[in-house]
Amino acid sequence: MERVALVTGGTRGIGAAISVRLQSAGYQVAANYHSSEKAARAFAAETGIAVFKWDVSNFEACEKGVAEVEATVGPIDVLVNNAGITRDSTLHKMTPESWQEVLDTNLGSCFNMCRLVIPAMRERAFGRIVNVGSINGQAGQYGQVNYAAAKSGIHGFTKALALEGARAGVTVNAVAPGYVDTDMVRAVPDNILEKIIANVPVGRLGRADDIARAVEFLVADDADFITGSTLSVNGGQHMY
Amino acid sequence: MKKSTLVTGGTRGIGAGIAVAMRDAGYDVAVNYNSDDAVATAFSAETGIAAYKWDVSDFAGAEAGYKAFVAKRGPVDVLVNNAGTAWDARFENMTEEQWHRVLRVNLDSVFVMSRLVYPDMVEKKWGRIINIGSMNGQAGQLNQVNYVAAKAGMHGFTKALAQESAKHGITVNTVAPGYVDTYLMREMPERIMNKILDASPVRRLGQEDEVAHAVLFLADEKAAWSTGATVTLNGGTHMY
Repeated sequence: MERVALVTGGTRGIGAAISVRLQSAGYQVAANYHSSEKAARAFAAETGIAVFKWDVSNFEACEKGVAEVEATVGPIDVLVNNAGITRDSTLHKMTPESWQEVLDTNLGSCFNMCRLVIPAMRERAFGRIVNVGSINGQAGQYGQVNYAAAKSGIHGFTKALALEGARAGVTVNAVAPGYVDTDMVRAVPDNILEKIIANVPVGRLGRADDIARAVEFLVADDADFITGSTLSVNGGQHMY
Repeated sequence: MKKSTLVTGGTRGIGAGIAVAMRDAGYDVAVNYNSDDAVATAFSAETGIAAYKWDVSDFAGAEAGYKAFVAKRGPVDVLVNNAGTAWDARFENMTEEQWHRVLRVNLDSVFVMSRLVYPDMVEKKWGRIINIGSMNGQAGQLNQVNYVAAKAGMHGFTKALAQESAKHGITVNTVAPGYVDTYLMREMPERIMNKILDASPVRRLGQEDEVAHAVLFLADEKAAWSTGATVTLNGGTHMY
């Protein structure tokens, strides 16, 4: 039987690579997206992966979205919480709105999505949840108080839920990517990007597929003894 | 001149312990509280420490409260973000309300209060922000996905703001206590209390003044090289 995997923010960047990788590994993949209809359509046409639109920061929207995925693709065995946004500014200019938006989309979405899929995973005594954290949640980052708080919140969320899911066959892990060559990172000015790369011992940006293979590893049926852990994939940039 | 210090959630438990210890060490201390007027009045009467009421999780309310505070006492040099709440439930029973309330009071409050005091600290080129995290935010805990996510988020917040604030002479650190002997712990069933004690090599609960000791260490003029750090106090229960 094919496992069903849902990847949030799964039509672009790291999420798209995760969707494609899991599809190649034999999963039935559903990819959620929110903002870019055009990118989602193109992604679906190119890969044959079903795409579903909803806002993961909104609980009711998630409820409808999960129901739709389960009705059309099947019960969700694997959830990859990948959707995320940034709204950078230094603290003295950060608005309550940009705090809230980043917290709700990056961290609130993990609550919303896990809360909706967990009961059925527990019932079936199988589940794999991977939350995509960030090196900046581990190390902090200038201009990202909101993003770092949300992403490190994900790491705590992962450990608490891992304790609860452990006896029910549900593992919960985090992947913490470093700087990966995606649209998000390409938006960084060249001189800053050069500085970033200079700090990566491996000497390059990550590729989206570097992250996807870590996710594939964690969601495998036989990864059942790995839970509550964080797998850092950052070219050696931050070790701790 | 005495450093002006504000401790949120400072009329009870760990917060009260911090406020009293800092007063004794020569700081000009005031506390904030939100829920219990009777407790706050008794605390002020007993200690002579002024208590100010506002909800630290609400930006507009906190802004009004803090403005009135500054008009009376001047800007804050040392901010201790201690206010917190727990609302435990197994994840599959956790409501959106439980999630949001715990995130707001424990994590949004850190954004709100830091955001409000920060411009004055930048102007003075001196400041100390000390966030009270939790061992559970580091290690995870059953029935506390919300609390753990919020406290872990605080650790990320600390590191990101520490990156920004360093050049302004402002340090940002976290103190992460394990189980401390406060009024909250007295409601703990004996069976669970025994488990907690068994998990600690030191085999006892922490004391409020031990947490205060760590806060005093970080608030000191001489602690200027400690920033983005976590001081862990848990009797050896969680080492990492």
